[in-house]
Amino acid sequence: MFTYSFMQYAFIASFFISIICAIMGVFVVARKTAFYTHTLSEISFSGASFAIFAGISPITGMLLFTITSSIFVSLTGRNMNQRESSVSVFSAIFIGLGVLFLSLSNKQSSYATNILFGSIVGISRANVTELLILIATILCITGIMFRKLKYISFDTIGAQYNAKNTAWISSLFLILVACTVSVTAQIVGSLLIFSLLTIPASSAKYLAHSVHSMMLLSFVFALFGTWMGLYLSYITNWPVSFFITFIEGIIYGLALAYAKIPNSSNNR
Amino acid sequence: MLSKILEVAELNIQVAGKPLIDRLSFTIYTNTLLCITGDNGVGKTTLINHLLKAAKSKQEHQSHINFNTSFEAIQVIPQFRNIDDDYPLSIQNFVTLNLIKQWRPWLTSLEKEKLSKILSLVNLTAIKNRPLGEASGGEKQRAYLAQALIAHPKLLILDESTSNLDRESRINLLHLVKTIINQENIAVIFITHDPELVKLFGDVELHISNRHGVMTKLR
Repeated sequence: MFTYSFMQYAFIASFFISIICAIMGVFVVARKTAFYTHTLSEISFSGASFAIFAGISPITGMLLFTITSSIFVSLTGRNMNQRESSVSVFSAIFIGLGVLFLSLSNKQSSYATNILFGSIVGISRANVTELLILIATILCITGIMFRKLKYISFDTIGAQYNAKNTAWISSLFLILVACTVSVTAQIVGSLLIFSLLTIPASSAKYLAHSVHSMMLLSFVFALFGTWMGLYLSYITNWPVSFFITFIEGIIYGLALAYAKIPNSSNNR
Repeated sequence: MLSKILEVAELNIQVAGKPLIDRLSFTIYTNTLLCITGDNGVGKTTLINHLLKAAKSKQEHQSHINFNTSFEAIQVIPQFRNIDDDYPLSIQNFVTLNLIKQWRPWLTSLEKEKLSKILSLVNLTAIKNRPLGEASGGEKQRAYLAQALIAHPKLLILDESTSNLDRESRINLLHLVKTIINQENIAVIFITHDPELVKLFGDVELHISNRHGVMTKLR
């Protein structure tokens, strides 16, 4: 299987994607912004179809759309409920725009649908380099704001009272998520990115009790799911995305069961 | 040795154009527990938010609100926090969330030392690895207290921290706060509806009603 260079690239890329998804995912889940992340994957589809229409590169269109919507969402939604509804408004508008641009461009529309479902086995060397640059950037920025981001994400109300610049850090984080979704979506598809960003971190939440160990565990879950998925897809010829989402789903179910069963047996 | 932490002089607060508090004046010193009492809606929490905003922006300092401390040395324990049953972080990891002066993603050995000192002070060392979501109401309040203390406050503001606790836990928590006030030479503002706690632990009471505040020295 490793004699094919596309398989080598797929395994390497999924290693790096697992790293980003683990780091960003833990914060996404703690901040309860999974719904927004899902919306971002739809917005990136809309951005890609705009790019096809406008004749610019898809990644530019996706970054343009996802970052713009992040800024709008962080401007409008101060509290959680308000944010929830403003996210669904933006989601609806952007999907509408995506459909419009697709029908206006009438060329290569299959490319835009590729963005939704992606193909991890179609990765080139250039994609891997792109990923590396993205990871380096994200690691640097989150590294610098790690402690504040941690405070804001895991104790939102406390941080509002006791820390400065919380709004800035929240907005910056949304933009980082937008970049993550855009860059990785064209490689593995935006639907897969959404599940890799949210499911491993949601599972890890039930098993680990520190931010570092949650990240490590999310990474292990994401990596196991993607590598196992690639292998199974190679043998069966079924889509990789199916296997990855399915494996991540099973891990989540097991984690949930593990967390709930001991609790019910030794009720304090 | 008492020193002034905050001086409020002739402060007016308006909410949506309507006056809420008129010409309020009070001073708070170190080693003091100031209780703010009054019915719901008289503006106790609004007053605190107003003070915090002033500390953050430093605009109102010269005129009505005069802090003798930086914003970083003021710690608030808010009335409500969204900690649900499956909140994942352990008690010790929750406490260290407030260590935001440094940027390193890991704790320094000095910070670890501070953590273990504070955990033993609030009596949480034995359960420091338990997820906060599984802790009892009293343990949660002690964890909030520890999280505030790890930032080395000069002024600590407790907004109805005892409202969800039974009588024994309330008294234990206030005993602990009292010990900390004397040990660390800090000032505490405690917003409460509980007359018993005011009588047992308060040094000064600021009672707000009809837009006016009245200060009473209790001991």
